[in-house]
Amino acid sequence: MASSSWLLMRRSRALIHHKNFSFYSLFSSSSSSSCSSSSPFMKKPQAESAGYSNDYSSSSAHHHFRFLRRFESTKAEAAQLELQHDVTDDDDDNHRAIDFPGGKVAFTSEMRFISEASQKRVPCYRVLDDNGMAMEYRNYVQISKEMAVKMYSDMVTLQTMDSIFYEVQRQGRISFYVTSMGEEAVNIGSAAALSSDDIILPQYREPGVLLWRGFTLQQFVDQLFGNTSDLGKGRQMPIHYGSNKHNYFTVSSPIATQLPQAVGAAYSLKMDGKSACAVTYFGDGSTSEGDFHAGLNFAAVMDAPVIFICRNNGWAISTPVEEQFRSDGVVVKGQAYGIWSIRVDGNDALAVYSAVHTAREIAIKEKRPVLIEALTYRVGHHSTSDDSTKYRPIDEIEYWKMERNPVNRFKRWVERNGWWNDSNESELRSRVRKQLMQAIQVAEKAQKPPLEDMFNDVYDRLPSNLEEQEKVLREIVKKHPEDYPSDVPL
Amino acid sequence: MLRAIRNKSILPAFSAVRAFSSSAKEMTIREALNTALDEEMSADPKVFLMGEEVGEYQGAYKITKGLLDKYGPERVLDTPITEAGFTGIGVGAAYYGLKPVVEFMTFNFSMQAIDHIINSAAKSNYMSAGQISVPIVFRGPNGAAAGVGAQHSQCYAAWYAACPGLKVLSPYSSEDARGLLKAAIRDPDPVVFLENELLYGESFPVSAEVLDSSFCLPIGKAKIEREGKDVTITAFSKMVGYALKAAEILAKEGISAEIINLRSIRPLDRATINASVRKTNRLVTVEEGFPQHGVGAEIWFSSLHCLFSVQLVNSWKYTNLLHLLNSTSVIEESFGYLDAPVERIAGADVPMPYAANLERMAVPQVEDIVRAAKRACYRSVPMAATA
Repeated sequence: MASSSWLLMRRSRALIHHKNFSFYSLFSSSSSSSCSSSSPFMKKPQAESAGYSNDYSSSSAHHHFRFLRRFESTKAEAAQLELQHDVTDDDDDNHRAIDFPGGKVAFTSEMRFISEASQKRVPCYRVLDDNGMAMEYRNYVQISKEMAVKMYSDMVTLQTMDSIFYEVQRQGRISFYVTSMGEEAVNIGSAAALSSDDIILPQYREPGVLLWRGFTLQQFVDQLFGNTSDLGKGRQMPIHYGSNKHNYFTVSSPIATQLPQAVGAAYSLKMDGKSACAVTYFGDGSTSEGDFHAGLNFAAVMDAPVIFICRNNGWAISTPVEEQFRSDGVVVKGQAYGIWSIRVDGNDALAVYSAVHTAREIAIKEKRPVLIEALTYRVGHHSTSDDSTKYRPIDEIEYWKMERNPVNRFKRWVERNGWWNDSNESELRSRVRKQLMQAIQVAEKAQKPPLEDMFNDVYDRLPSNLEEQEKVLREIVKKHPEDYPSDVPL
Repeated sequence: MLRAIRNKSILPAFSAVRAFSSSAKEMTIREALNTALDEEMSADPKVFLMGEEVGEYQGAYKITKGLLDKYGPERVLDTPITEAGFTGIGVGAAYYGLKPVVEFMTFNFSMQAIDHIINSAAKSNYMSAGQISVPIVFRGPNGAAAGVGAQHSQCYAAWYAACPGLKVLSPYSSEDARGLLKAAIRDPDPVVFLENELLYGESFPVSAEVLDSSFCLPIGKAKIEREGKDVTITAFSKMVGYALKAAEILAKEGISAEIINLRSIRPLDRATINASVRKTNRLVTVEEGFPQHGVGAEIWFSSLHCLFSVQLVNSWKYTNLLHLLNSTSVIEESFGYLDAPVERIAGADVPMPYAANLERMAVPQVEDIVRAAKRACYRSVPMAATA
């Protein structure tokens, strides 16, 4: 079974399938074949002063500034590298150990500082190459045709939902929307690997997980319009979906609060003896929040069966990852907390599926947390309130949208297996589009939630002060109906 | 550490009751809280405790003494030092359906977790349209202790009571402590339970009914600790004791004061306060916390003027409805019953000083309550308006 080989690894250094990435190769073009030199992760340093690049339009003038600092620090590192060995190796100097709270530790008479990053970046697990071909040496969890077709269809549905709802917001029919463009593989690939008993605590860029579990298009649209059929009773902004039935906890806006909550939910699952885990999603920006530290630390200390899935999509609104943290991404932070971690190509649906599937086994069988960093790219703007062309180059967006598109990549693999063809494709796309248009029409015409929904659910039972307020309000409305909106039922 | 004193036999968590030769039994607040926690944990396996030092150390103030031995480390969790972390975790466990009782070493430290208390706990039932209920209790000492300085002395009653979705309780006596904590643990909504460090060691008489394990007090009902007819004094927590002492002094001067122990800051028992004010026609509110936007300010406005908040109507943006509100007479109000301006006694509007003499002056004392009651009864010259 493909996943068991992962369990045999007792050290957390990942298996290296790919070419090594050192900090130097980051700045040269001898890196992996799949990345062209215009990728933001593989940039050449510009030694001149901040500003005017030759690669992109001048609107991205400040784009290069951040790499200057990187360049300088690697120079310093080069000097240190001469003296340094990789200090994660066992110390050969002596085997005498000293006792301290926390356990025995070998000691050394050489003063060595651990550098801020190891020589090689943690490599990224992937199964398919950019053309959707399974790589030669591969280690992944097999999926059936039905699973593959459902995965692909849901990825297409998510894509279509995003483009249509974005337009609907632009037309002024809904107030707000957040797309997940570019992250379809993380959404669907992870969702497919989980069971319906697993509890999901999302950030807000994971509607695909809810879609996979059976939330209907109509339900999505009803929440966006906040009408009377909305499961959320019109209480929340658009995209704040939630469904008890699908074990998907309602989206909450503050960043990273779901991390310690997931640990609590996981701990409860453990206490109940359930064969299920808690799964929580968050972005690269969330890893700066205090809750990230508290959540991971606690999960390790409490042996909670929780999977932390970080969608490292390169941007937190306008903050690029270089300004978010100085570590090698998020995966290296796992070990700092004593947590098994893996870095995955988030645009490779099969790799995401395999990693999550295996992580789930580890979490449940061994009652421990797992951290998955899925590298991907946020193709869309942060939300409809954002215009990301103001802080990043349009060609960068186009590149990731077209050449590194996860949906197309998976499609090629599914097609190559003979499980999908062009007529399936056009039928699917037109069907989904039609369903969405119909759902939108229905939702738009529907009534808004009734007046009582303003007052109930503040507490388990309506308290007397709210009962009185409601009573007074109804009397006023009765006296002056002309001042009252007509699409809110009483 | 304290493993040496841990034994494996099953003992009652604490020796709860000291019987006197008379039939009246007495119990300290500490014992009251401990027995309440013990009984609720034994009655419902979903209840569990979480906080810093609650387990091995037996509780920073020994409130949770003996519970780790009795229920084990799965139900009494010693947490790392991260209020934001363990509050978030407690909320997550409550989302799933467990009933955590989260202890803050003092409510001052709850500020590090306040996002989880308000945004993750208080608002969740509403925002999820009833899908996520949060049956969690946040408890710990609140308000001033003795000589602990500004960062350990703030009162958070007004802060938490401002937030819809939370219930805020503050016990005074052992009966309050037992009954309200049990009610809080059984309640399906998030409850903030504000204790007082200086009261932990104080003893109060308790009846047999209070000692029963099914004893519970209703949330949202105040208690009239002492009946009177001349002036109403509202207070909560430690100030109830001060108000009672003030009432003794006032009685010698011929002023009969009615003392209301609020017990519940949110929901506030406006009915009891109003009924009392209609009887006495004079009101003094007492609290230890800062005066601006405090509990006394709330009692002043909402109990005595309109129950219906003007804010609610503004949010509809139908301002022509506003004048209509003022003329409706459906709402209870006791403003017309007042014979004197309301006196508000609160802590000084400064961060709590450390020096003992300054601390004494920054917190209401019995004499302040006596003077305020006399002013309300027109027995002394009113204070000049202060800025």
